[in-house]
Amino acid sequence: MKLKINNRFRSILGCLLLTSIFFAGPVLAFQQDTVVVDTTAGEETSMAVGVESVVADTATSVDGIANGADSTAVVGTSSGDTANASSTAAEVKQIDPQVYKDFFYYVLLFLVICTVIAVIGKVISIYELTHKMNGRYNPLAGNTLQAVLLLLFLIFFLWGVYYSYTVWGNWSWRDAVTEHGEKIDTMFIITTVITTFVMIVVHILLLGFAYIYRMRANSKAYFYPHNDTIEKIWTIVPAVVLTVLVLFGFFTWRTITSIPEDLQKSALQVEVLGEQFMWRVRYPGSDGEIGKRNYKLTTAENPYGIDFNDKNSWDDISGEHIVLPVGRSVRFHIISKDIIHSFYIPDFRVQINAVPGMTNYFQFTPTVTTEEMRDRMNDPKYDYVMLCNKICGSAHYNMQKKVVVVTEAEYKQWLSTQSKYFTEDLQKEFAQQSKEVEGITTASLN
Amino acid sequence: MSSTVISHDAAHHGSHDHHHETFLTKYIFSQDHKMIAKQFLITGIIMAVFAMLLSILFRIQLAWPDKDFPILEVFLGKWAEGGRIKPEFFLSLVTIHGTMMVFFVLTAGLSGTFSNLLIPYQIGARDMASPFMNMLSYWFFFIACVIMIASFFVESGPASAGWTIYPPLSAVPTSISGSGLGMTLWLISMTLFIASQVMGGVNYISTILNMRTKGMDLWRMPLTIWSFFLTAIVGLLSFPVLVSAVVLLIFDRSFGTSFYLSDLVVQGQILPNEGGSPILFQHLFWFLGHPEVYIVVMPALGLTSEVISTNSRKPIFGYHAMVYSLVGITVLSFIVWGHHMFVTGMNPFLGGVFMITTLIIAVPSAVKAFNYIATLWRGNIRFTPAMLFAIGMVSFFVSGGVTGIFLGNAALDINLHDTYFVVAHFHLVMGSASIFGMLCGVYHWYPKMFGRMMSTKLGYLHFWLTFLGAYLVFFPMHFMGIDGVPRRYYAFTEFPFMEKWISVNILVTWAAIVAGLGQVAFLVNFFGSIWRGKKATQNPWKSNTLEWTTPVEHFHGNWPGEIPTVHRWPYDYSKPGHDEDFIPQDVPYSHTMSSNSYHDFEGDEEAIAIQRAWNKENNRSGEE
Repeated sequence: MKLKINNRFRSILGCLLLTSIFFAGPVLAFQQDTVVVDTTAGEETSMAVGVESVVADTATSVDGIANGADSTAVVGTSSGDTANASSTAAEVKQIDPQVYKDFFYYVLLFLVICTVIAVIGKVISIYELTHKMNGRYNPLAGNTLQAVLLLLFLIFFLWGVYYSYTVWGNWSWRDAVTEHGEKIDTMFIITTVITTFVMIVVHILLLGFAYIYRMRANSKAYFYPHNDTIEKIWTIVPAVVLTVLVLFGFFTWRTITSIPEDLQKSALQVEVLGEQFMWRVRYPGSDGEIGKRNYKLTTAENPYGIDFNDKNSWDDISGEHIVLPVGRSVRFHIISKDIIHSFYIPDFRVQINAVPGMTNYFQFTPTVTTEEMRDRMNDPKYDYVMLCNKICGSAHYNMQKKVVVVTEAEYKQWLSTQSKYFTEDLQKEFAQQSKEVEGITTASLN
Repeated sequence: MSSTVISHDAAHHGSHDHHHETFLTKYIFSQDHKMIAKQFLITGIIMAVFAMLLSILFRIQLAWPDKDFPILEVFLGKWAEGGRIKPEFFLSLVTIHGTMMVFFVLTAGLSGTFSNLLIPYQIGARDMASPFMNMLSYWFFFIACVIMIASFFVESGPASAGWTIYPPLSAVPTSISGSGLGMTLWLISMTLFIASQVMGGVNYISTILNMRTKGMDLWRMPLTIWSFFLTAIVGLLSFPVLVSAVVLLIFDRSFGTSFYLSDLVVQGQILPNEGGSPILFQHLFWFLGHPEVYIVVMPALGLTSEVISTNSRKPIFGYHAMVYSLVGITVLSFIVWGHHMFVTGMNPFLGGVFMITTLIIAVPSAVKAFNYIATLWRGNIRFTPAMLFAIGMVSFFVSGGVTGIFLGNAALDINLHDTYFVVAHFHLVMGSASIFGMLCGVYHWYPKMFGRMMSTKLGYLHFWLTFLGAYLVFFPMHFMGIDGVPRRYYAFTEFPFMEKWISVNILVTWAAIVAGLGQVAFLVNFFGSIWRGKKATQNPWKSNTLEWTTPVEHFHGNWPGEIPTVHRWPYDYSKPGHDEDFIPQDVPYSHTMSSNSYHDFEGDEEAIAIQRAWNKENNRSGEE
C-alpha cells in the first residue's frame, strides 16, 4: 500500500516537472533562430512521448487503488496539453512567446489544483481505510456530510437572494417614467413578491427536508404514495394566484396596446426607422402628418426612401435625437429598412420590434423630463436611451439613439432647429424628375 | 422481428448473441438499444463540452471587453485578431452555443440516450420496435453534429443570426457574414437532425405502446417512461413544423422565393423580394420552439422522479398527479408559442390569449415541484451524486420557473423581452435543470450502461462546482435584464447605464470558468470509470424498476431467459410490513403477503379474499 502511494506521488511530480519544462520550451525556442525552433519541436514530441509512457506507468501503478481516477485527471490533461503545445508552436510564429508562457502558467496552475484535489481525495480514502481497519467506520458519514452541505447551501442561497435583491436590485431598478410604465411597475412588484416568496419557501422545504430526512441507520421512510386533499390544494392555490395575475396582466396589456382611435389621432406622431446599425427619426412637420415612404425609392441622397410625390412629406423633419414633450401622448410608428430590429427604451417600459414590410405602433406618455430624472438619479449626465434589442449584426451592441424628454416649449424650440428631409439637393432633383415625367406624359397625351 | 423469436434464441444461447458480431456491427453500426444509447450519450457529451467552450469564449469577451488575449488568436486565427474576439464571431459563438446545447445536447443527448437505454429496459422489451431505424436515427444525428462543427471551418464563419435564426438576418448574406455558407450548413444540419428526431420519436412511441411486457399496463410504467412517451409525442408533432420553416428559408435563400422577405434595402441595395413576412417564420419556428423546451425538460423531470423516489426510499408522491401534469404540459405546450412574440407586432388580442395559456402551464409545473418536495418529506434520503443532481434539478426548475411568470405576462414582457432576464430564465429552467436531469441520469444509470460504478467523491466535487457555478452564472443575469441590458450584446461599453454590470460580468465569467473546469472532474470520472470503475452489482441502488433485473453483462436481448412479468407499480419503496425497503416490480403479491394492502389489488375480489384470510391467519391488521 505504502509503496503504491509513493509511486503515485512520484509520477505526479514527474509529470508536473515535465510540463514545466514544456512551458519553458517554446519560450527558449523563440529566442533562437528558426532551425532551433524545429529541433525544439522535435524535442517536444519526444518529451510528449515521455509523458505518455509516464501515463502508462501511472496507469499500471495505481491500478487497484479505489479512487485511481483522481490521478488520471492530472496526467490525462497534461499529456493533452503537451500535444497542443507542440502543434501550435510550429504553426504560429509571430505571437509573442510571453503569450505561451502565460497560457502554460495557467495550465500548470490548473494541474497543481488537480494534484491538490487528488491528494485530498487520497487522504480522505486513507482516513476512511484506517477507520475501517479500526472498526470505527460509519458508512453514513459521507451521506451526512452532503446533507450538511445542502443545508449550508440553503443558507448561502438565502443570503445570496437577500444580497442580490438589495445590491443588484437597487442597481437595476429605476421607476418607470411613462404613464403605462407605472402600471407595469406595480404589477412587476406584485409578481416579484409572490414569486420570491414561492422560491424561498420551496427552497427552505426542499433543502430543509433533504437535511432533516437524510438517511440514518435503522430508520425507514414513511410509505406515503398520495394524498388527494393536499394535491388538490396545491393545484388550486397556484391556479387561483395565477388567475389573479393573468387577469391583472391581461387588462394592463389591453390598455397599453388597444388605444381608442381618437386618442391615436390626437397624439404626436413620430416615425422611427431601424437599419444596420442606426436609427432614423422622422417628425411630421407642421402639417402633423408623416409622408409616405416607399423602400423602392431608396437612393444615396434619399436613404430613408421617402416618397416626395406625397406633399405631406415635404415638411418632414429629421430628428437628431428622439425629443419628446413631457405629458403628451406620442404615437411611434416603428419600421425597418433591412432586417428586424427592436425599438426598446428601458426607462419607458416600451418595446416593439421594427419589422421590414410592416409598421408597428407603440403609444405612450412620458411623465418625467430628462432634467427631473437627472435630479432624481443625482447624475447630471443621465440620459434616456433607445437601443436595438433584436440581434441584427456586428454592431448590434451599439445601435442607439438618445431620448430626451423636455417641456412643450423646449420641444418646439428644438424642433425648429432640426433639418428637413426634403433638402435643397433633393428638391432640385425632384423638380427635374417631375419635369421629365411631365414631359413624357404630355408627349404621350399628344 | 417478433420478441418471441428473440426470446427463444436468448433462452437457448444464454449470454451469447446468435449474430456474429464484429467491431463494426457491435460498436459502430450497432442496432442494440444499449449501444445506441451510449453512442448518443458520448456524442452528446462531446457536443456539450464543445458548446461549453464556446460559452467560455464569449463570457471572456463580456467580462473583459477592453483586454486582449493573444492566446485566442492562436486558436481562432482571424476571428480573434490581436486576441480580441470579433463582434460577428461573438454572435456566431452565441448562435452555435445555443443550437448545440438545445438540439444536440439537451434533445438528442438527453432523450436519445435515456429513451434508448430505458424504454426497452423499463417496459421489459428485448429491443426497440425498429432497431434499424434506431441506428439511422443516431447516424443522422451524428452527421448533423459533424456538419455543424464543420461550419467553423468555412471562410465566412458559422451561422450567426442567433439560435432562433430569424430572417431576414439569416436569409440575406449581405446583412451578416455568418448568413453565407455557414447558415446553409446550419440549415442542412438541422434538417438531418429533425429527420433523426422523427425516426427516434416514432420508434419510442411504437415501442412503448406495443412492446410492454406482461402486466406492464400504462399505470404501472415508471414516470421516466411516461415522460419519454409524452416527449416523443411532442417531438413528433412539432419537429416537422420546423422542417417546413427551414425548407422555406432554404427556398428564400437559394431559389429567390419570398416567403419571409419583403421591402428590404440591405446595405444600400434594394432587394426584389416582395410580399413575404418575417413574422411567418417566427410563428413556424416557435411552434416547434416552445414545445422544444418541454422536449428538453420533460425527460429530465422523468429521470429526476425516478432518482428522487429511489434515493428517498419512498414512493413518488402523487404518481397519478405527476402523470396528469405531464399530460397537461404536453397538451398546453402546443398553444403557448405566441409568448415569444408579444412584441413582434402580433395582434395584441392574440397576445393576450397566449398569455392566458402560458400562465396556465405554470399550474402543472407547480404540482410537479410540490410533489417532489412531498416525496422528500419523511424519506430516508441517500445522497448519491445522482440524488444531489436531482435535488439541484428541482431547485433550478423552481428558481427558473418562477421567472416564467414574469415573461409569460405580456405586459411585463414588454420590458423584459430579449434582455438578460430571459437569458437567466431559460438557462435556469431549461438549461441547468435539464443538464442536471441528464447528469443525474448518467450517474444513476452508469452501472447499467457500463457495468461499473463511477467515483462518488469525484461526483460530489462535480456536483458542487456545477451547482454553485450555475447559480452564480445565471442568477445575477436577472438583474441586468431588469435594468434593460439586451442579450447578444458584444460588449457593455457603449452605454453608460450598462457599465456598472461589467463588474458583475467578471464574477459571472469566473464562475463559468470554474464550473467549466469542474466538468473535467466529470469527464475523468465518466471516461475513467468505463475501464477502471469498481465493478457494479446487479442492483446497486436497490431500485424497483425492471432494468435492474437484467444481468450486469450486456448482450442483445437484455434478459437471458424469459422477460420478467410485472406485478406492481414501480414505487413500492419502504412498504410497511416488508423486510426490505424496496420491492421490485417483478415480485408477485403472493411473495409479499406481509406488506400487501387491499388497495393494491384494484378491486380484485378473489385476491382481496385471499389476503384477508392470510391476514387473519397471521394476526395482521390489513386496513380496509
